[in-house]
Amino acid sequence: MHESAFQIFINALLANNFVLAMFLGLCPFLGVSGKLDTAFPMGVATTFVMLVASLCAYGLNLLLSAFHLEFLRLISYIVIIASAVQLVEMVLKKYSPKLFRALGIYLPLITTNCAVLGVALFQTAREYDFAQSVTFSVGGGAGFTLALVLMASVRERLTLSNVPDLAQGTALSLILAGILSLSFMGFAGLGG
Amino acid sequence: MNSSTAVTWDEFMEGVWRQNPVFVMVLGMCPTLAVTVSVVNALSMGVSTMLVLIASCGLVSMMRNITPKEVRIAVYIVIIATFVTVVDYAIQAISLTLYDALGAFIQLIVVNCIILGRAEAHAAKNPPLPAMINAAGMGVGFTIGLLALGTVREILGAGTLFGAALFGAQFQPWVIMVLPPGGFFVLGAWLLLFSWIARRKLRKQRGAPLEATQNA
Repeated sequence: MHESAFQIFINALLANNFVLAMFLGLCPFLGVSGKLDTAFPMGVATTFVMLVASLCAYGLNLLLSAFHLEFLRLISYIVIIASAVQLVEMVLKKYSPKLFRALGIYLPLITTNCAVLGVALFQTAREYDFAQSVTFSVGGGAGFTLALVLMASVRERLTLSNVPDLAQGTALSLILAGILSLSFMGFAGLGG
Repeated sequence: MNSSTAVTWDEFMEGVWRQNPVFVMVLGMCPTLAVTVSVVNALSMGVSTMLVLIASCGLVSMMRNITPKEVRIAVYIVIIATFVTVVDYAIQAISLTLYDALGAFIQLIVVNCIILGRAEAHAAKNPPLPAMINAAGMGVGFTIGLLALGTVREILGAGTLFGAALFGAQFQPWVIMVLPPGGFFVLGAWLLLFSWIARRKLRKQRGAPLEATQNA
């Protein structure tokens, strides 16, 4: 597969947006997208974890393939991601305690964010080389942040408008996500 | 004896109805929306998740007394990942077409919040048998949720059910339903329907005598 770095980036960012086209990372997408102030840092933290996880997964995959231990892939990836999240948590706690408190429970939950594991699994399945893997993870992370920020902005506006009681809550968020996803379909074919 | 059966039945039904993971707790959204483009996919995803759920909850529960508290999440994750790997290879052996259709989402069962949630909230505090029954209930509830979405999306989006054509040749499939936005819309519509039913029930109770409301 010979995709240029730019194609991979645009693909992961828009055309195959992780959240809106591939349904990865929906839990934080629905959970943290209430306020713009927390949505953006959450996106950045997730992007960072994705990058670290993607780098480690790349190296680890070489190692596992060399020893024919492919069946251990899933287990070792998840352990790597858990450690990466732990790292981000410690760094944040030391340098930005305020943000650390704002993100609260959602920070350790990045471990179970399927977008992060998705990056690691997809780059292995598509046999991306090192540069491609890095671009893919950054693009995917940026796409995740973009979707989160868009959703949070719309939901902040919605708190002021008059929505029928019946649709309040998750149903409303889902229909919103559907409309966002519909508009992102307009990007299909952009990445080639 | 009789009362213990009642308790386990109650434990089973908790996941199926009252705490349905898809419609009530809104957990495990990623596979729910991604694989439900057809009934077959939805069913196989539901069953694989259920198998992993039952097996991991059983093991977590057996190990609950020897697992140190500090590393319990890591232990759960490794247990779950092991069973997912088993299911992953099993599906690959049974049907390659199905394996390709579900794609990465089989491996992504690892990060399904339902499983980790059950392990942490129920299996870690209960003996193996109730834990597994509770897990089975959750699995069935999850499968029902997936089927509810898969059926609607396949009928509307492809005009088929279990791959068999339902309508005449003139039927124009509502393609958007099998595309990503359709997943969001259908789940949103189901949630709307449920909250409408719940509200109607509440209104009926309010009209009824006071006793009935207090019992509810």
